[in-house]
Amino acid sequence: MPVYKLQINGKQYQADVAADTPLLWVLRDSLGLVGTKFGCGIAQCGACTVHLNGNAVKSCVLPVASVKTAAITTIEGLSTIGDHPLQTAWDEVDVPQCGYCQAGQIMTAAALLNKKPHPSETEIDNAMHGNICRCGAYHRIREAVKLASTKI
Amino acid sequence: MLGFSWFNADAESPVIIKKIPFADSKGFNSYLSIASDGTITILSPNPELGQNIMTSFPMIVAEELDADWTKVKVLQAALDTKAFDRQLTGGSGAVPHSWKRLRLAGATARNMLMQAAATQWNLPVEECSTSNSKVTHNKSGKQASYGDLAALAATLPVPKDVKLKDRKDFKIIGQAVKNVANKDIVTGKPIFGLDFYREGMLHAMIQRPASFGTKIKSVDSAAAKAMPGIMDVVVFKNNVAVVGKSTWEVIKARKLLEIEYEKDGEIESTAYHNNIFTKLMDSNTPSIKRANGDVATAFSTAAKIVKAEYQCPFLSHAPLEPMNFFAHVRSDGIELVGPTQTPASARNAVGKLLNVPEDKITLEITRLGGGFGRRLKWDYVLEAAELSSLIKAPVKVTWTREDDMTGGSYRPAVRYRFEAALDSNGNMVGYKCRGVGINAGNTTREDNFPSGAVDHLLIESLDHKSAITTGAWRAPTTNFLGFAEQAFLDEVAEAAGKDPIQFRLELLAKARTNPAGPVKYSIDRMETVIKMAAEKSGWGKKPGVFHGFSVYYSHQSYVAQICEVIMQAGKPVVKKIYAVSDCGQVVNLSGACQQVMGGIVDGLGHAMYSKLTFKNGATEQTNFNNYRLIRMKEIPEIETHFVDNGIDPTGLGEPALPPTGGAVANAIFKATGKRLRSQPFIDEEVFKVKT
Repeated sequence: MPVYKLQINGKQYQADVAADTPLLWVLRDSLGLVGTKFGCGIAQCGACTVHLNGNAVKSCVLPVASVKTAAITTIEGLSTIGDHPLQTAWDEVDVPQCGYCQAGQIMTAAALLNKKPHPSETEIDNAMHGNICRCGAYHRIREAVKLASTKI
Repeated sequence: MLGFSWFNADAESPVIIKKIPFADSKGFNSYLSIASDGTITILSPNPELGQNIMTSFPMIVAEELDADWTKVKVLQAALDTKAFDRQLTGGSGAVPHSWKRLRLAGATARNMLMQAAATQWNLPVEECSTSNSKVTHNKSGKQASYGDLAALAATLPVPKDVKLKDRKDFKIIGQAVKNVANKDIVTGKPIFGLDFYREGMLHAMIQRPASFGTKIKSVDSAAAKAMPGIMDVVVFKNNVAVVGKSTWEVIKARKLLEIEYEKDGEIESTAYHNNIFTKLMDSNTPSIKRANGDVATAFSTAAKIVKAEYQCPFLSHAPLEPMNFFAHVRSDGIELVGPTQTPASARNAVGKLLNVPEDKITLEITRLGGGFGRRLKWDYVLEAAELSSLIKAPVKVTWTREDDMTGGSYRPAVRYRFEAALDSNGNMVGYKCRGVGINAGNTTREDNFPSGAVDHLLIESLDHKSAITTGAWRAPTTNFLGFAEQAFLDEVAEAAGKDPIQFRLELLAKARTNPAGPVKYSIDRMETVIKMAAEKSGWGKKPGVFHGFSVYYSHQSYVAQICEVIMQAGKPVVKKIYAVSDCGQVVNLSGACQQVMGGIVDGLGHAMYSKLTFKNGATEQTNFNNYRLIRMKEIPEIETHFVDNGIDPTGLGEPALPPTGGAVANAIFKATGKRLRSQPFIDEEVFKVKT
């Protein structure tokens, strides 16, 4: 199998996997980065959201062969000690219930705030539309995004 | 016990959940131990699926312990039937069941710490007090920390009689306390079942029959076996398991399986179910669940009769983490790791299946990425264990979303027919409810309100046995019965010319003064939430606002809701829901709000959008592209209130869900003049685009 060199969270990684392996499974099975979650496999739920050159992408449908030299950021690399304004806001607002969707929610929100540091509620709802929270913690997710946007 | 690794794993090998050594931590009881540096480790025994008992259980212990909450560290306990009772998650029962136990665990330890201080100081223990992880001798001001006292205190006898706090002295219980798992969650730590990896572990996925009522006829696995990374294809029961070195390789290989199935029972469709419902609704042999008075006469002499039928579809539980479990069957025992709501039953079943005594089986409970009742069943645990024993290797079985959604254990469809008989004063003197279900057992809750408040009453149930597997889904039975009943009572109130809230209160007054048979709910608690909801929402006082009301009693708690609807571009939009809950003493105010908001979003989302339909015995929906779940844009504002009556906690994981559909449907009626009788509401006329 080909060996793919990947730039993830500012570090170099290698994965010996088939070309069509979704980045999600490379992260989880090959590289031990399990913060990025599997929820649907067809880019409908957002649990697998990572950043590719700063843009939010669904890693479950992103073949590893297409990543090439792009800079990938996962939830583990969003900050070094878990203190990105979104991560702090998530605790301050006490967002998570089961927590399974939250890494994906945070990554989508982080990409939004990178482009639009002070989004309106409608802009937040539109950006987060692709992220399902089965526990229904949407109110607090939205509130935490708003709170984080005041700290940026 | 599971600990969490705070350090990122070596990137070359998958992350492993480490056990944290306890060093000098001294154990006081099953739940708590204290280290010399004052760290208080509290074990949370019940499976955590987002209901946050992982925070509320330790809060209860810490309260009676008089602990400094900032010194508390919480760990998930493994299955341990000697140390813990009822180590399961279901029925909104964890806090009610363990309330006293947890308080005693904290209070006895506190006593022992005071005793240790008194002994060391040679002073009477009656002159000591505790606060914030310190014992103080009141007169002299001498102090000692729990950390300093732990070693001695833990050796003392556990006192038999301890006084528990008055709730007016609560410092922790009742406060909004942050979820203890937040940091792990937001930094992507490996805490869920799907995150579990073990050196040398194999991956597996199982192809199960897509159609219920079929079984395997033949399997050709040659092409699958030939794929890279595949170790074996194993057939057992109706399962074809592909075993390999990575999830993606297994996913790819499984697509190449050629399996023929043959009929093994009735192969059903939604049209078939609808016909069965129609037939059974007119059956002469229902199971009578409750009968009071003389309904025949009441209805034949009624001034007015109201009648309506309600129906819901099958639903998937759809927890965002699909089913998965790890099993390693060895010659000397079995290791099980994963997300389960019923670890004790799961282990028991594995032991029976593989003929291994339970004391040779360990079960580590990981965090659950949602449960909703699906993980009450241990089918996926048995599969993993059986597969491991067949291939003689450690294996993690993962289900894809398609496996999960087509794999059964659904909330089944049900149809209800309600009838009410009104006298000439608009009093409901007769009430009938017939429920026709699938694998449901009793489709009714025959002793729920309005039973006891209506002189002539008949509750009946009929059931159809199907090969489609079904199971408990958050607020079983009441998750749809609540809507149907509350929507019907709203119709009856309208026919009676009465305000819906006034109508309920009159019925409750009758149940209090002149009950018709047993009353198995608290009239006081129901009245209180109703009145508070009316007050908080401005019911009847907001002209131009369309309000719908409902109230429900489930799992020992009471929730009243009032929904506000507005019209936007000719369609009703749910703008706001007020919820007043009586769950007794609220433990964690933040967690309690979460359960109410989450229960409402759950109830609303499924009432509005979700359905599974069947064709040729298989679900037509397979993933989130064709099975719709509610998303952020679609949520209303929610305002939560709690009744502060200080009774022992009565549970909150489920009770906020059942009233939601009714409040929403009743508000939509006010706005549009149209009654909603079928879920999902999005399929109903009022939501169709007018051309």
